[in-house]
Amino acid sequence: MSAATGSQAVVEGRVVHEGAPVVTGYARLLGTGDEFVAEVPLGDDGGFRFFAAPGPWTLRVLAPGGLRAERSVEADYGQVTKVDVTI
Amino acid sequence: MSRSDVLVDADWAEAHIGDPGVVIVEVDEDTSAYDKGHIPTAIKLDWKKDLQDPVRRDFVDKTGFEALLSERGISNDDTVLLYGGNNNWFAAYAYWYFRLYGHDKVLLLDGGRKKWELDSRELSTDVPDRPKTDYTASEQDASLRALRDEVIAAIGKRNLVDVRSPDEFAGRLLAPAHLPQEQAQRGGHIPTARNVPWSKAANEDGTFRSDDELRTLYASEAGLDFSKDTIAYCRIGERSAHTWFVLHELLEQPNVKNYDGSWTEYGSLVGVPIELGDGR
Repeated sequence: MSAATGSQAVVEGRVVHEGAPVVTGYARLLGTGDEFVAEVPLGDDGGFRFFAAPGPWTLRVLAPGGLRAERSVEADYGQVTKVDVTI
Repeated sequence: MSRSDVLVDADWAEAHIGDPGVVIVEVDEDTSAYDKGHIPTAIKLDWKKDLQDPVRRDFVDKTGFEALLSERGISNDDTVLLYGGNNNWFAAYAYWYFRLYGHDKVLLLDGGRKKWELDSRELSTDVPDRPKTDYTASEQDASLRALRDEVIAAIGKRNLVDVRSPDEFAGRLLAPAHLPQEQAQRGGHIPTARNVPWSKAANEDGTFRSDDELRTLYASEAGLDFSKDTIAYCRIGERSAHTWFVLHELLEQPNVKNYDGSWTEYGSLVGVPIELGDGR
């Protein structure tokens, strides 16, 4: 547990498509019932990071050309939950 | 006034690139997005550096706004088309801000930056050099903006709409989940406020839902009494500007104000009442 994430429940990862990072696209964090929680544009390395609350979340990725992916994740304080997504 | 008087789609924007009477303006939270690529001919407004006073927590004043728009080459006769990231949070904030200073020829691009990108439309890195203008602003229109004391006096009397996520409303989070948790001293919401997250007004691609869907959302599902005046708030007033746009511009409710001090102000005030939990 790193000091920087001691009080945060971090969910982060990278999105790749055909081996290359997806740099134009969005990662959405959704709660129960598909409830929107947060969204970030993907970084230059295809990366995203959320500061959530403990519990289960759905990660959804959107990219041009209708590309989509979804993953279920579990977050907790002082933990960095890593989710790499191939789309 | 119809929806198309305030909101246009990407085809309209594309058709008006290079139109001398239209200025396309990108407004972001992360202003590096513009640098990486923007709608051709668009200029950039930094919502923090350009629109906020550098010392006091307030907008730039009328003179400052006039200087800003003159320097950027926007004239009083121009139609300003605003768009940006975060599902148009900051573009909606800028829309409200322009209306506050009396610039009524202002439009929002439905879907903002996200839909433009997901549709693979053209992005440019060229930064236009617009000739300076001599812009004149009006005094701030107080009928659009709520300040702290008015908000406290509105508890139990007017509609208070908290547009943050349910976890922020309940006090489980202090900020949206893409930012580190910081800034207000306390979590929770203003007593009597209804939680209608801004995201319920938008589709996944960032466009606004239809007028019928929006009316159902606010009047039927959230139970807002539209015979009363409404104040919308969030954390710093930009998500609530998105909802202000929905209520005041799309649904044409006459008395809707944005409380831009929002939770970063209210949640740190000494002595004001706070409610926790999911409400309803």
